Order: sequence, then C-alpha cells, then structure tokens
Amino acid sequence: MSSAYLWGLLFFSLHAMVPITLAAVGEVIGETAGLFNIGLEGIMLTAALTGALGATQGGWPLGLLVGLATGLLIGLIFGLISTYAKGDQLIVGIGVNLFALGFVAFGLTLLGSPGFYIVPAASRLPKIHTAVGNLSPLVLVAVILPFLVYWLLNYTQLGLKLKAVGEQPAAADVAGLRVNALRLGATACGAALAGLAGAYLSIDWLGSVTKEISAGRGFIALATVVFAGLNPLLTLLGGIIFGFFDSLATWVANIPGVKEAVPWQMISMLPYVVTLLVVAVIGRVHFPSALGKPYSRE
Amino acid sequence: MARLSAKLAAIPGLRPVGESSLAGLIGMILGALLLLLYKFNPLLAYESLFAGGFGSLYGWAESLANATPLILTALTFAVGLRGGLFNIGAEGQVYVGALAAVATGLLPVPAALRLIVTLVLALAAGALWGLVPALLKMTRGVHEVISTIMLNWIAYFFAFYLIAHTLSSPLNGSRTIRIPPAARFGVILPGTDLNYGILVSILLALLFYFLLWRTTVGFELRAVGYNPRAAHYAGMDEHSIGHWAFLLGGVSAGLAGAVQLMGRPPSYAILSGIPQLLNLGFDGIGVAMIGRNHPLGILLAAVFFGGLEAGGRTMELVAGVPLEMVRVVEGLILIALAVPELGRFLTYLRHLNPLELLSRQRRRAD
Repeated sequence: MSSAYLWGLLFFSLHAMVPITLAAVGEVIGETAGLFNIGLEGIMLTAALTGALGATQGGWPLGLLVGLATGLLIGLIFGLISTYAKGDQLIVGIGVNLFALGFVAFGLTLLGSPGFYIVPAASRLPKIHTAVGNLSPLVLVAVILPFLVYWLLNYTQLGLKLKAVGEQPAAADVAGLRVNALRLGATACGAALAGLAGAYLSIDWLGSVTKEISAGRGFIALATVVFAGLNPLLTLLGGIIFGFFDSLATWVANIPGVKEAVPWQMISMLPYVVTLLVVAVIGRVHFPSALGKPYSRE
Repeated sequence: MARLSAKLAAIPGLRPVGESSLAGLIGMILGALLLLLYKFNPLLAYESLFAGGFGSLYGWAESLANATPLILTALTFAVGLRGGLFNIGAEGQVYVGALAAVATGLLPVPAALRLIVTLVLALAAGALWGLVPALLKMTRGVHEVISTIMLNWIAYFFAFYLIAHTLSSPLNGSRTIRIPPAARFGVILPGTDLNYGILVSILLALLFYFLLWRTTVGFELRAVGYNPRAAHYAGMDEHSIGHWAFLLGGVSAGLAGAVQLMGRPPSYAILSGIPQLLNLGFDGIGVAMIGRNHPLGILLAAVFFGGLEAGGRTMELVAGVPLEMVRVVEGLILIALAVPELGRFLTYLRHLNPLELLSRQRRRAD
C-alpha cells in the first residue's frame, strides 16, 4: 500500500474531524452552563446554506461570518426560549431541526437547483499547501479551539461562573450571578461554532450544499460531547475517531477488491456503529446537575 | 361573559387545544413573513394550502392517507415522553418495520393469514429495534437521544443494503419485491391513497389511550414520567417501565412502516432512496407535540400535518411556493409551542373581558 493512500486517509480524517469538533466544543460550552441544544444538526444545515450564499456574494470571509452569525442567531432564539421564557429545550431543538430541513430544501429550490448548490471555486476557502496534500486552515482552528475552551472553562472566572450556573443555578443566583444571561451567552456562542461548522461544510470541505449536507454530524457532535464528558480536549479525540471512520468508509469503498467484497452501505454504517459502541462502552458520564432544566426562582 | 369564560376554562382539554392552535397561528404568521421576504403572496399560498388539504373530498382523503403513518410514529414519541423518555428512534423503527413487511413476502404464508402475519412481523421488528436503546439506557446509561439517532442512521443504510440486495426486485432494480396482494389494504376512496390501513392507526391510538389511562402499567408509566423520584419511592420499577415505553413505541413505529407499504398504491414496495418512508418518524415528533402527547390530540394533529402535506402540492402549483415551505412552518409551530408563556398568554386573553374593555375605553373617552 502506497504512502499516498495513507496520507490521503489522514488528511481526510482531519477534514472530517473539523465539523464534529467545532460543534462539539461549542456544545460543551453550552452544556457546561446547563443548556442542551439538540438543534445542532439544524444549525449546521442552515449555516451551510447561508454561509454558501454569503461566500458567493462576498467571498469566503463573508461566508464564514454569515455562517457564524446564522449559528449565533439561532442560538439566541434557542437560548431566549430556553432561559427567560423557560421553554422546553428539547422541543425547541427539534423545532430548529425541522425548520432547517424545510428551510434548506426551500432555499435550494428557490436558487433554481433543487437538490444541490455548488459554491463557486473562487468563493471557497484557500487551502494551505503542504508537501503531502492541501489542508484547510479550519483544521488548525479546530485543533486549537478545544485548548482555548479548556483554558476558558477551567482557568478563568468566566469558566467558573458558567460551571456554577450549570451545576447550582440557585446558589449562583444567590451569589449574584445572572443565571439566564450567562446561559444565553454560553449557548449562543456554542451555536455560533456549530454555524461555523456548517459554513465549513459548504464553502470549504465539500464545496456544495445539499439537503442532507450535515448527514447527522450535529447529532454525532452531541454524542461526542457525551464521549468527552464535557472535557473540550476530548472532543478533539472524539472528532478524530469519528473522522477516521468517516474517511475509512470513503477510502475502503474506493479500494479495488474491497469495493466488491464489502457493500458500501455496510461501510457507511461504520461511523454510526462505532459512535454507538464508544458511547456504550463509556456508559454513564457526569453532566451538570441542572442540565436541560430551565431555572426559575422559587 | 365572565361566566362563559369560566365555563370554557372548566372544559378539560380546551387549554391544550387552545395552546396548540395559538402556536399553529404563530408558526403560520412567521411563515407568512418568510414568504413575504421571498416575494411570495402568503394569502394565496395559505389559501391554496388549505384548499388543497381540506377543500375537497379528494383533499380530505389524501390528508387522511398522509395522517395514517404519522399517527403511529407520533404515538411512538408520545408514549416515550409520557414515560419520561425522549425516544426519537421512530424514524429507524419505521424503516425496520417496512423491511420486515416486505421480507414477509418471501415466507410461505397462507393467503388468509398473510395480512395479519405481515403486520405482526413488522411490529415485532420495530419492537426489537426499539429495545436496543432501552437496553443501552438501562444497562449502560446511554442517553436515548444519542442511541436512537445512531440507530436511525444504521437502519437507514441497512435499508439501502437490503433494497439493493436481499429484497431487491428481480424485475425492477429501483425497488424491492412487492407486498403480495393478500397482504394489502384495500383503497377506501378509489383514485386516492386513502386505504383501510388508517383503521390500524386509529385502533392503535385508542389502544394506547386505554393502556396509558386505564391500566396499571400505563399509570406507572405516566407516574415515572411525571416524577421519577416519587414513582421510585412508591415502589415502581423504572427499568421495566422504561422497557415498556420503548417496546410500545417500537411496535407503533414498526406498524407505521408496514401500513405505509401495505396500504398506499401503486407501488406496494420500498423504492430505492426510501422516499415514502423518509422523515415519517421525525414528522411524528411534531405531530405528537402539537397533539400534546395524547392519543386523541395526535389523531387531530396528524390530520392537520397530513393536510399541510397534501395541500403543499397545491400550494406549489397555484402559488409557486416550494413544497418544503410546509416543513418550515411545522418547525416554526414547534418552536412556538415550546414557549410555556403561550399558555399564560391564553389565560391573560381569557381575563380580557370584551365588555369590560369596551367600558374601559368609554371611560377613557370621557
């Protein structure tokens, strides 16, 4: 087996890691503060489309910005309903996913291309050229970000405050922390990262938008958060594991001999089977005590 | 007037109906704003949407046909939530039930028994698939949201595999073998998709109502969902109750997949890409939420969703609005429904006595 194959596998894994890790790290911030956002999938999907449109209009910087802003906006709506309005987080999240499913299909039809939209090559993110292949700059962002968030959550006052409102909102409230404001900010920033992940899918990695572009990656990011037990550094590992099996599926499916022996549908199952197995092996993990519950003063 | 509003408040079930209707209205208004943004005529769009879904006998038949599987997948989510579980695995269980229904065609079964055997095998397959997240949760503490989503994707690719290989039709590569005629539900209104499969859905909704509100298991299930700690101290076994919730959910979703294939003309087979099964499970969640996780509410909400779907095609033709707009509105309705303040708003509205308002205005005018 040539080394080019192996480099290809590694590079593909790194690129497949990016959306999972970005969304998962964002979700770690939100869940630390006590909000469980099941709408990551919908945010990614919506931001993939809006980001692609932004990039087509004003180049990749605008595309990334629009992706971030889309995530932030949906995160704010999700956060406002889940904090101040004391709504049910799971229902809002499901609503976001349903909305995104319709919105992206609706948008693609309006663009005159039901099915998919190709982002013009000039509007895509420039690659870092290395001796063994091209690398997306967002790979670096996804590698550095978990360390930053780890520092933020464990070594800053803000991190301590976020943990406090996630674990003991009543005590945090008594201590003078603005529980709902902190939660809203945390989940909105987290959602913005999911939006960045979506924009990455369309204007960088895949270069096009389809109705199924997120392909369950938002949900896999949620599983990664479970796997990581809310440790940002472990979301990197989770992203790499999933990214590896995601790329292995594509890679194996293209090797002559294997292609005929193992049906592609079975290989495509791999990432999901592995995620399920990993989560089952890890079992119960500790989550913030107040996760998923709206806070109200009695 | 005050007496009337007090009387209205006393009617059980009126409040949830009011809240769902209000959420529906808000979702539609937000959808209309989105339509305006894209320079469509929202009035024309909604008029054609409802005319298509409920404006004719044909429309009603199509709406009811669409509601048939949605009732079942909504029951899956509802029975889970009543038991305190967020079971979003109906999607995958539908696929598995549909595959089992098609696979039954390969078995030697007497024609007289074919319909019932097909249904039983499909519900068993759905139940088995539904038990996996139950076991993972009870033994390993895996959250059901994660496990059911993963199982949905596994079922998805498994379906693609079986459609292309084991169950593939020798005559037509783009679909599975057909459900044998003996296992098909007859069409109720010729020329439409409405078939006797809807009886299975209605029957199951009634059965779930009976199970949840008239049996001990149902009582315990609701108790565990309402307050797990109290249920625990009352001596209820949360684990076995959790298994029941997943099992019943799997049965219902498995039947949804089967009924969708056994009833809807003309294919009576799974087409490649599973277009007729896709999103039935996820739409069921919306139906369950709008139906307030009550079997009777679900029947109404499913007809509403089924009507939106049926009318969507008319809307596309008449107003030029893409069919997908329907799902955008559904999502917005759900988001609106999640806001508990809606309920408080309704209470507020009830206190606004029109006569009093009038006299207040008069006083201000004086």
